[in-house]
Amino acid sequence: MTLAANQVPIVNYLDISSDTPALVGTVCEQCDASYFGQRIACSRCGGRKFRQQKVADAGYVGSFTVIHRGPVTIPTPYVSAVVVLDDGAAVKANVVGCPPDPEHVSLGMRVRLTTWVAGTDDNGTEAIAFGYTPITEEARA
Amino acid sequence: MSARDGADIWIIGISMTRFGRYPSKTAFDLGAEAALAALDDAGVSMSDMDILAAGAVNQARQYPAQRIQKLMGQTGIPAFNVLNACATGATAVRLAHMAIKAGEASMGLAVGCEQMGKMGLLGPAAQAGKTNEFVPSGANGAVMATEGILGTGLMPGVFAEAGMRYAKENSGVGPGQFAKIAEKNHQHSTLNPLAQYQKAYSFEEILNAEMIAYPNTKLMCCPTGDGAAAVVLVSGERLRTMPREVQRRAVKISASVLTSDPYVSDGLVQPDINTLTRNAARQAYETAGVAPSDLDLVELHDCFATAELVHYDNLELCEPGGAGDFIDRGAPWRDGELPVNVSGGLLSKGHPLGATGVANLFEVATHLRGEAGDRQVEGAKVGLTHVIGMASACAVHILEKSAL
Repeated sequence: MTLAANQVPIVNYLDISSDTPALVGTVCEQCDASYFGQRIACSRCGGRKFRQQKVADAGYVGSFTVIHRGPVTIPTPYVSAVVVLDDGAAVKANVVGCPPDPEHVSLGMRVRLTTWVAGTDDNGTEAIAFGYTPITEEARA
Repeated sequence: MSARDGADIWIIGISMTRFGRYPSKTAFDLGAEAALAALDDAGVSMSDMDILAAGAVNQARQYPAQRIQKLMGQTGIPAFNVLNACATGATAVRLAHMAIKAGEASMGLAVGCEQMGKMGLLGPAAQAGKTNEFVPSGANGAVMATEGILGTGLMPGVFAEAGMRYAKENSGVGPGQFAKIAEKNHQHSTLNPLAQYQKAYSFEEILNAEMIAYPNTKLMCCPTGDGAAAVVLVSGERLRTMPREVQRRAVKISASVLTSDPYVSDGLVQPDINTLTRNAARQAYETAGVAPSDLDLVELHDCFATAELVHYDNLELCEPGGAGDFIDRGAPWRDGELPVNVSGGLLSKGHPLGATGVANLFEVATHLRGEAGDRQVEGAKVGLTHVIGMASACAVHILEKSAL
């Protein structure tokens, strides 16, 4: 997917400028602690210099829940998860691309980054969100 | 009391309103009621207080401490308003405790109060609005509300994920274990006249209730409610000058600990309710010279059934990794090895946010005094209270029965 003129990432740590969307970590130059989004200082070591670094696009479901009661504007049920990426970074996101229930989402399940259109504003601009989708056997082969 | 106890700080008066719905009362009415009852319990008056610390979460910007003073006693003492989410009440206690320990006060009053009304499980977060124009804002440059789109940060999901993470890392934990915890706490509440709900539910009813955030069903989530609790603290030195009956009913605070989140690698992704609880427990056991095996009862922060399970391990009530087995073998039931949440816990006693961290002290102190009626844990001498507020703050207190 290439960034169209009328698309914006939902958050600044999602990079949709190339064909391969990626999450970009904000990494402390001093201690390598990894964050998402802008930082003033490192809450681990106090360092104030950071570099931007793409994080792994695949990982496993470290924890999840199926939300049945949420904000009225969000259709339920949906799966929220903490995904532990292959480089050790953790990210919070929805698990998409499979039925939202504990029969189809499991602890430790392998997942990969995906994107979708989360909404359109009054100017026709689309917000691109990210989530994680199960890695099927066929996709891995 | 031994000479060493002169440095200790004691509870001499403690009270809570019944938790529930009080549509015709303010949080401060409830706070003043609890405070007056705590003063009466101690046989002292507002003029004996050197410090007041008070808090409410939803009413924080109405300044509970001064509002309560104006309802019951304006003596001009320093009044501190505290806010630490669900640990607000316990933070007020910690503050009064520190003032006495520092020698700035010899007697102090701490109050937690709350009016939640029927705001619902998610409060104002349930009404996320529509965005008309996508303009990046904040450190993450978000162009729209991300709740529910980039995962959830609301309490039902956060605590569900904490429980599921424990299930990932340890064996023998699943929906059944969480349901058993809710079954226990609802059953316990039937003996507590101050509990918001006093109704038992079967394991099947709990497991099959409306799903809120898997694995927590509605009966595994605490209700919203109104209420207040208050406590009078005194220095050991001052206590020695008080009537023998006050000394006999006094409860020693062997440890008063407040922690916040230390850095952990994924703590900014989803709140980490474990590390600060483990740190608080470790400090409290060390300060009190008490081991988990010495405890006769525990009141811990079961805002969701999943939370109670992980805190068995965090508070070292079970073997490491053994929280599932701990509930399976019935250990935390009122007649078990180590009764947990005999009050009914937040799940059934209720959780008026600001009041909770004082109400758990009320429960343990009442058992140590042998005044808990039908739900009395016989022979209770040592107890622990735990509360956690997201952001995060964790308070652990260890209480001991008077030697008199």
